[in-house]
Amino acid sequence: MANFTKATSIKDWLNQRLAIEKVEKVMMSEYWIPKNINFLWAMGMVLVMTFVLLLVSGIFLLMYYQPNVATAFDSVNYTIMREVDFGWLWRHVHGVAASVVFLIIYIHMFTGIYYGSYKKGREMIWISGMLLFVTFSAEAFSGYMLPWGQMSYWAGMVITNLFSGGSLHADFLVEWIRGDYVPAQAFLTRFFMLHVLLLPLAIMGLIGLHFAALRIPHVNNQDGDEIDFDVESKKYLAGDKAGSKVIRFANDFMSKDMMVVGVYLVFFFYLVFYNYGFAMDPVNFDPADGLKTPAHIYPEWYFLWSYEILRPFSVDVGLIAFGFAQVIFIGLPFLDRSPNTVPASRRGLFKYWFWAMLVDMIVLTAMGKLPPEGIFSTIGFVAAIAFILLWIALPIITKFEKKI
Amino acid sequence: MKELLILVVVTVFTLVTYYLVEPFAHSQMHKHIESEAFAYADLPAITKTGNVANGKDLVMGAGACAGCHSIEVEGMPASMDATTAAASYGVNPPDLSNAGAVYDAKFLANLIKNPAHALNVEHKFDVNQGQMHPMVAFYGAGGDIDQEVADMVAYLQSIAVKAEDLTPEIAFENACGRCHEVRYENWTQIGTKPTFKHKRDELAFDIQVLDYKDSLKAYMGSLPPDLSMYIRSRGEHYVSTFVENPQNYLPGTAMPRVGVNAHAAEKVVEYLLDAGDTKRHERAEVGRNVMIYIVIFAILALLWKKQVWRDLH
Repeated sequence: MANFTKATSIKDWLNQRLAIEKVEKVMMSEYWIPKNINFLWAMGMVLVMTFVLLLVSGIFLLMYYQPNVATAFDSVNYTIMREVDFGWLWRHVHGVAASVVFLIIYIHMFTGIYYGSYKKGREMIWISGMLLFVTFSAEAFSGYMLPWGQMSYWAGMVITNLFSGGSLHADFLVEWIRGDYVPAQAFLTRFFMLHVLLLPLAIMGLIGLHFAALRIPHVNNQDGDEIDFDVESKKYLAGDKAGSKVIRFANDFMSKDMMVVGVYLVFFFYLVFYNYGFAMDPVNFDPADGLKTPAHIYPEWYFLWSYEILRPFSVDVGLIAFGFAQVIFIGLPFLDRSPNTVPASRRGLFKYWFWAMLVDMIVLTAMGKLPPEGIFSTIGFVAAIAFILLWIALPIITKFEKKI
Repeated sequence: MKELLILVVVTVFTLVTYYLVEPFAHSQMHKHIESEAFAYADLPAITKTGNVANGKDLVMGAGACAGCHSIEVEGMPASMDATTAAASYGVNPPDLSNAGAVYDAKFLANLIKNPAHALNVEHKFDVNQGQMHPMVAFYGAGGDIDQEVADMVAYLQSIAVKAEDLTPEIAFENACGRCHEVRYENWTQIGTKPTFKHKRDELAFDIQVLDYKDSLKAYMGSLPPDLSMYIRSRGEHYVSTFVENPQNYLPGTAMPRVGVNAHAAEKVVEYLLDAGDTKRHERAEVGRNVMIYIVIFAILALLWKKQVWRDLH
């Protein structure tokens, strides 16, 4: 056993047993961050804040929600909205945060793509981030089932049907996932478990991995500078704060994080109180009815782009395209063959690739919501083809990029 | 300043996406229906000035209204309970106490003369095919029928509550409450469900409601939906324009045009807001306070950042 001396303070007592000073250094005071990063790098902290809001509001909702097909709808819309003090607030915070978290994830992702933060040494940051995205998607989908409204039921029906594999007719797989022939009690209970236990646990683990992946390669910066963190941090510790290219995470960068979080929370609570409707599909305020199909069935906005890659094709081709869209982003560090870790604006054709991908995904998102008729289905088809072609083109255009 | 430019780019892309998946997509998925301002423009206007005393005689006459309708304020209770009445007519004929306050005068006059036409359900009740509307048209008491109808309307208006006393409950019960239930307000088609001391009494009440619903279902073709959450699932604009003329939304529907006046329509919406968006006043108040708090937090965070970064530049 180690040598313990009489503690001089509570901190010292803890330090002898938990090495909290070392932890503090690694996590905060000597966790070095490049100085030249803009507010887009604060999206990680914004996501942490949103996740905390989701977790806390979710815990309050969990106290009153009933995972039963007969009572789920009323437990949300009557008990939580009317009888529980501030139940409406927790629900709107949870609903809005669930939607906004995806907006921030997409901004976070496209920031990474724009600045090349997935390249050379930072592959694990990107891969763990994409795993987080996939897990968040599953978390959002399983949560959307719980109010047991019309869209919960029918979106659940449509999405689980995808697992039949088109003309493979793997109906046994669909039934296994649902625990029944149609979404019913078994389906609701298991999605409840996924939403409140298994997936949040996975998310927390992945957040840990995502943070750990940053430790060695460090955060990228907005100019693509190669920073020698050892040299720069010594400069900082020697007192040359202005001359050093790096800063401490706490309180230096954290103060900027908090500033961004402050502005973000103004936006967030504006949505919670004055525009929560955007995050709550009106159709889901009709109780689930297996005998009445809604006029339009569509997923939440953050899934629309991949839904639209599925829709314009025949069943089997659509499923393959959909599967492609789900996994292709994970391969980004390996498909981008360029040696440059610099912002897209300083790269060759990639500059156009980035904006084309962004616009294409917005077009896909819009078409995914609209009814697949006339001009909308044509635009959707073209955009889906464009998405696939862009990914095929990526290794080719980046291979010819010169080292700068 | 570069950061501001980045913020503008992020905001623009976010707003474009929002516009496309919310306002634009909804405008494409649901046709917009304008309010007709509760004018009932297709119905002829009342040309005569009504006489209340004469109207009272006509309404009270068993051949006219009182044969089927109760008028509680005048001490005339219903001759049968709601469930029995629904078994006879398909739906319980409304009590006329407040009809004058809830329904538009022109609509009422036309309803008395030709119910199927005023209610916009001629596609369902076609006399030539022997499908009579359960409410019999008033054929006149021998005099000028337009004058007599104007008298009846004037009488109904005279006994009804004043416009300022019209509560959301009265408006809702008259306009919607005999076909639609509102579970979240404890409202059934036969009235507010009381709290019972004994389970058997509660079951007896529930059986009455179920019997009523059976008659209603046979009469309408399907059971009209529970309206508890309609203010959230459809919105105020939809509810108020739907009440005005259901055919605009669901051509061929068995739901009649309700015929409420603009004031009563507002009250109906208020009732549904109380059912489905109960905490809206609390939300407005808490929202304001939270916004003030958060703005102060953002300002403090900004000042902290400025202080910390003074040494870093």
